[in-house]
Amino acid sequence: MQMADTPYQMPDAQGHFGPYGGVFVAETLIPALDSLREAYAACLQDPAFLAEYHYELKHFVGRPSPIYHAQRWSKLLGGAQIYLKREDLNHTGAHKVNNCIGQALLARHMGKPRVIAETGAGQHGVATATVAARYGLECVVYMGSEDIRRQAANVYRMKLLGATVVPVESGSRTLKDALNEAMRDWVTNIHNTFYIIGTVAGPHPYPQMVRDFQAVIGEECLTQMPEMVGRQPDAVIACVGGGSNAMGIFYPYIPHSDVRLIGVEAAGEGIDSGHHAASLTAGRPGVLHGNRTYLLQNEDGQIIETHSISAGLDYPGVGPEHAWLKDCGRAEYVGIADGEALQAFHDLCRFEGIIPALESSHALAYAAKLAPTLGKDKILLVNLSGRGDKDMHTVAEKSGIQF
Amino acid sequence: MSRIQSCFDQLRAAGRRGLIPFITAGDPSPELTLPLMHALVGGGADIIELGVPFSDPMADGPTIQRASERALAAGMSLRKVLATVAAFRQTDTATPVVLMGYANPIEAMGVEVFVTAASEAGVDGVLVVDYPPQECVAFAELAKRAGIDPIFLLAPTSIEARIDDVAKAGSGYIYYVSLKGVTGSAKLDLDEVARRIPMIRERVGMPVGVGFGIRDAQTAKSVGAVADAVVIGSRIIEEIENAGPDAAVARVTTFMRSIREALDSLGESRS
Repeated sequence: MQMADTPYQMPDAQGHFGPYGGVFVAETLIPALDSLREAYAACLQDPAFLAEYHYELKHFVGRPSPIYHAQRWSKLLGGAQIYLKREDLNHTGAHKVNNCIGQALLARHMGKPRVIAETGAGQHGVATATVAARYGLECVVYMGSEDIRRQAANVYRMKLLGATVVPVESGSRTLKDALNEAMRDWVTNIHNTFYIIGTVAGPHPYPQMVRDFQAVIGEECLTQMPEMVGRQPDAVIACVGGGSNAMGIFYPYIPHSDVRLIGVEAAGEGIDSGHHAASLTAGRPGVLHGNRTYLLQNEDGQIIETHSISAGLDYPGVGPEHAWLKDCGRAEYVGIADGEALQAFHDLCRFEGIIPALESSHALAYAAKLAPTLGKDKILLVNLSGRGDKDMHTVAEKSGIQF
Repeated sequence: MSRIQSCFDQLRAAGRRGLIPFITAGDPSPELTLPLMHALVGGGADIIELGVPFSDPMADGPTIQRASERALAAGMSLRKVLATVAAFRQTDTATPVVLMGYANPIEAMGVEVFVTAASEAGVDGVLVVDYPPQECVAFAELAKRAGIDPIFLLAPTSIEARIDDVAKAGSGYIYYVSLKGVTGSAKLDLDEVARRIPMIRERVGMPVGVGFGIRDAQTAKSVGAVADAVVIGSRIIEEIENAGPDAAVARVTTFMRSIREALDSLGESRS
């Protein structure tokens, strides 16, 4: 791999990861993105900003999150040892809050009193509403009406935290449409509004910025794994919808070329069924939501509706850096179907006493597939990106149970 | 000389302001697009902006979103849009047609294939909303070589260096977005428009069309007093929406005439 010689430096100054990424937005947003880029670059050099970010991660979020050896489950699977990076133990129950803290501090730094966000499963919306309450910012969250139906508890959480949740009725009424609507709000209210994007997608500098704020996950692992087991893992596994938890844990491992990076997409009812959300596995490059990346689209370039049991993976695109890592071969991307994810969900509940998010269950399911093919001395590190309380309703429904 | 350039030359010679209506191709049905295009010309259009429907029209307000959804549901596609332009050219060889849409359908077709097909169909300009100049250098060059003007947006927030970039990459005319927001919003700031347009025209050396938020004859007239052309989209789509398929052509013609008259009543007041 050519990266061994040259250090990995992505994106370039214009936000490109090879042919991916970039700034594909209407002219009205360009000045806002320019000033965001400048403010972000300045904050990265500002020791006071970084100190506050890390203080908040420690005292408000509860970082560092531990790594846990899933011993019983590993033994039952009969192969490699599975370790879990416990992002589910963060305040608000998922990795999303790491990024929200960073962007909310940036909003405050830029003098924007209002923040907006899009959300699919509701985790990013809850995290945004949480930090908005914490810093006294007005908060509006856009959410597809279909997702509102699937994630009623999270909608209520956001309201409790003082956010306004706006249902989006256009298109497929899911995450992608919420993103469209948030962009429309932003372009209309640029003077006082900061758009907190929840994943490593969107126009530059979002993919880079969100990755940088999430990289704390992988940075902690780089220290924690040698402390626990004396070495780095053989593979790092994370689920990929937009791909922020995966980029967060992958990024610090990119220079460690002997560590496999495996992204797990939602294969829904199976790739062949057409009902899935596996953009990297089954999509092709195109332009959506401000960046060039792999997209699920029909032959006429229209974005198609996706399916996953987990709302957080139900997105037809993927962060441009994942597109680049796939093309250059540094990371591998695989698919896990709804049923396989559900099985891993139940297994983790029963054998380890941890209720994982359905998103993270996709990464767990792939680890469960891979572990038995490897020796007991091999180590798999899975990013347990969120907890599953929000998914009780979906899982119960699948089991034919009504509350 | 391109159809767009000669159109603006004639307008200037006659001391008139251009009227540029926008409709979404395929709304409410692909069959109605051709008669609507002729109706726009009959009602006084100088240039037609024809929207290529996209599943995720991020820069558009609810009206044009609905039009896109209707068009896609009715089976419209980029290939059919090009076929419609070719059919329009059978009887109208004078009115410039500008395609306005998003990058993905074009990239899905293949940029080179699209430019060739658009040129053959008789398309005169292309405005790709999510292609800012720095992301489409090759595309803009390709289009220019095929005789198609790449048209770019400028916004109230665009800084001067940005205006120069757009001037370098674009040709035909500049589409000045008269407000901060999406298409069809109602927050047009006339003073801002009057302040910015002369400077922009001077800097880009191209005619300037103004759009986003022009909803009636009075606003069109006020904008026309400072701009080279006014662009009206959402308001026309509302006419089509409210009229239903049978009355759409007649309603659009009537509405267009009211705007045309307002613009023509300006006379040669602008230097």
